[in-house]
Amino acid sequence: MTDATVSPEKTPKRSSLHTASDRTKKRNASETRFKAMGIGAIALGIFFLIVLLVSIISNGIGAYQQTYLQVPVYLDPAKLDKNGNRDPADIAKVSTFGYTPLIQAGLLSAVQDANIDTPLQTARDMKNLISASAANVVRQDVVSDPNLIGQTVTFKLLASSRVDGYLKGRVTREGVAEDKNINVDQLDLTDKLVDAGIAAKGFNWAFITGSDASESRAEQAGIGTSMLGSLFMMLVVLGLSLPIGVAASIYLEEFAPQNRWTDIIEVNISNLAAVPSIVFGILGLSVFIQFMHLPQSAPLVGGLVLTLMTLPTIIISTRASLKAVPPSIRDAALGIGASKMQSVFHHVLPLAMPGILTGTIIGLAQALGETAPLLLIGMIGYIATNPPGNLIDGFMAPNSAMPAQIYEWAKRADPAYYERAWGGIIILLLFLLSMNIIAIILRRKFERRW
Amino acid sequence: MPALWLAVIVLALAGIGYFIGRARALKSADGDIRLLHSLPSYYGSNVAMLTAVPALLVLIVWTIVQPLVVNMHVAGLIPVSELDEGVNLNLVMSDVRRVAEGLQAAVAQGALSVQAAANIDLGAVDLRAILGSVGVALGSDVTMVTLDAAQQYRGATATGQIAMTVVVLMVALGLMGYTLSKTNKELRARNIVERGVKIALISAAMIAILTTIGIIFSLVFNTIEFFRMYSFSDFFFGTTWAPSFGGGSALGVLPLLWGTLYISLIALAVAVPIGLFAAVYLSEYASRPVRAFAKPLLEILAGIPTIVYGLFALLTVGPLLQRVFGDGGLGWMDAASSVMTAGLVMGIMLIPFVSSLSDDIINSVPQTMRDGSYGLGATRSETIRQVILPAALPGIVGAILLAASRAIGETMIVVLGAGAAARLSLNPFEAMTTVTAKIVSQLTGDADFASPEALVAFSLGMTLFVITLGLNIFALYIVRKYREQYE
Repeated sequence: MTDATVSPEKTPKRSSLHTASDRTKKRNASETRFKAMGIGAIALGIFFLIVLLVSIISNGIGAYQQTYLQVPVYLDPAKLDKNGNRDPADIAKVSTFGYTPLIQAGLLSAVQDANIDTPLQTARDMKNLISASAANVVRQDVVSDPNLIGQTVTFKLLASSRVDGYLKGRVTREGVAEDKNINVDQLDLTDKLVDAGIAAKGFNWAFITGSDASESRAEQAGIGTSMLGSLFMMLVVLGLSLPIGVAASIYLEEFAPQNRWTDIIEVNISNLAAVPSIVFGILGLSVFIQFMHLPQSAPLVGGLVLTLMTLPTIIISTRASLKAVPPSIRDAALGIGASKMQSVFHHVLPLAMPGILTGTIIGLAQALGETAPLLLIGMIGYIATNPPGNLIDGFMAPNSAMPAQIYEWAKRADPAYYERAWGGIIILLLFLLSMNIIAIILRRKFERRW
Repeated sequence: MPALWLAVIVLALAGIGYFIGRARALKSADGDIRLLHSLPSYYGSNVAMLTAVPALLVLIVWTIVQPLVVNMHVAGLIPVSELDEGVNLNLVMSDVRRVAEGLQAAVAQGALSVQAAANIDLGAVDLRAILGSVGVALGSDVTMVTLDAAQQYRGATATGQIAMTVVVLMVALGLMGYTLSKTNKELRARNIVERGVKIALISAAMIAILTTIGIIFSLVFNTIEFFRMYSFSDFFFGTTWAPSFGGGSALGVLPLLWGTLYISLIALAVAVPIGLFAAVYLSEYASRPVRAFAKPLLEILAGIPTIVYGLFALLTVGPLLQRVFGDGGLGWMDAASSVMTAGLVMGIMLIPFVSSLSDDIINSVPQTMRDGSYGLGATRSETIRQVILPAALPGIVGAILLAASRAIGETMIVVLGAGAAARLSLNPFEAMTTVTAKIVSQLTGDADFASPEALVAFSLGMTLFVITLGLNIFALYIVRKYREQYE
């Protein structure tokens, strides 16, 4: 019984599963830390996404509102129709310079009629409030209907971008001290015009349907024409990359023998998918424009370059969906006497179609947002002021594309264009979102699991 | 006849051929479809295919080759001695082409009669004004040499057009007749058509190769041209980048490479830790619903076009950084665009790229390795750090290299966010520029394509292509090798 004589201080320290040891505590703490870092990383990623979306929406939403002025313009026969015979040919000779003073006088009279107290007393003082595009709007109406001459007609005209910016909070009183295009008195007048109901903000359809404008007329610029440019480009991409991509995938997946050639093609495709997009721009510039002399800035050329860029994406996804069709389908077709070609085109391809379409839509969405190659084939520095007149012009005439237009606006000096750029991004993202949703729906609805 | 109409005619012939061929085959079997070797539609398709495809190929080749041949022929006729000192033959030829096109347009629009266009006396008529009136503007008055060459050019082009029409139609009709004569119930029409379809499939697959060849040729030829004008060592080892379109530019690539690497480094410093931790959490900790919610959200970041990130850098992140590090704050930053701005935003863009690739790789580590580690009493984080990550390391390195190649090739973020000044500096708050940004700026100006200032863009493109290709091949090699290890 010697064991009993062992003194208590010599017993080994007893650990218990109920109380955690220091080492366990340390290990558990490090476990918690590690997990927290994982959560933190995901939270940070989502936080960045939210910041990005919030800054797009908060900066871009302003582009969908625009300030308009209700101006009663007296269409003075003495100025617009000197011969007094209402001959459309004579009236068309009066340029916009003839209309500008009438509009300014019209705004002055509206100010006076509303009993607005302002230090601005002449028609010329009103100049900075009205968009430079206003004269053209009035002139178009008069040229199309000469009978208006002699009447006082109320036009809804664009306010200048400074006035618009002031009402949206972009232009501040402190900021205009050195601005030649507006002064504090005019801003005061703007406030009073809003109170009198002459100036008001309205939904800006012209931004969605309109064309780009010159540098000094930010209030007039719209993204409609470049949307058409993007549309024609996407038609080219769809028309070329879908058939070529599907044909190439069918060959590689169903017919190609396992040899070095096939290997080279496969390695090639996976490398092409990772070539920087700007390199495709260089290819487009030297092959399509320098060598083949296709027109610069044309949606056709843009479409061709983007086709080459999207092909690898489409080939990769098409091959995956062809591979997903089980071999039993092919065997059954071959078993009842179909040729290899018939088994592929009559049975495998239709079954793989939903997957192919999903991949194509995602490829198209990528192409729609791509900017860098478009810069090199001349889709910037060009002001797309007129929508294409017919189908051939749509493909061949110089145009811009949505991302190129956004870049162009971001590069301009006037901050009024930044709002337009963000606004354009909202439209671009809406397009991408709807394309991706269509792709997801297609996949959910038609995808078969074997 | 214009090529477009010719193509339409050939296609119409093919359509007619389809029906005749089908009917002929049926007739040869007395209407009994069972006696035919192939289905009737294959006989029709056989005729249509052989009518249209060779003729259209001839048409395409002819349209591409004819201008080159005519050009060479006419250029050979221009007496070199008649050229002024320092005038390039190419420039003269482009004048010649414009005059020829102008005459053609003038005849088409009725400004000149066919007779008058063929016998123009430069003393009597102002050709430049006439051509101007039909929308062809000329830089200078037309000289005798140019006009003669232009008339030659027009003549040769017209002859070529007629020859093309005849040849294409002959090919189409000849092959149609031949195929129809062969069409009877014994003909193995399906085999022929299927061989044709297979050739079409192969040529579609070849387009991938052609694209690569096109990229390499367009880069190599222009790069060689550039190095004829600018010294090789000055380009690769020069430390100043100062292009001036008047000549005497310093075009050293080092500052651009430094800017590119610096920005990519910052981008990776943001994207790799966040992406990696997110991947670890999503694949090892997250419950199904959390995964189903967070993964697509992160992947939205990858679907946003780069122009959006560019604008975000220029207008949101840049001004924000400037408020903190600029004159009002720490005073390190002069302008909103800087290496830091572009790097941060690019990092955000790359997060989903790193996270989904690493996620796949972590998921492919066999479950047995985890179970073994848990069985020995390791906690989850210990398992991840000491078992899973070491096992997945080659794959993760591959993913990071792929992300790096993305960062190096990225254009829009740096064009908008990094600034335009080429510098060799260590301060991340200074504006610097990258290879891609300079490709854009050198090729979108009004520069003459033959000047070294524009051609340098191609050798920059070549540098970029080689670097990214090398990174990709290396990364794919690592990823593939790693996958094999556990399969």
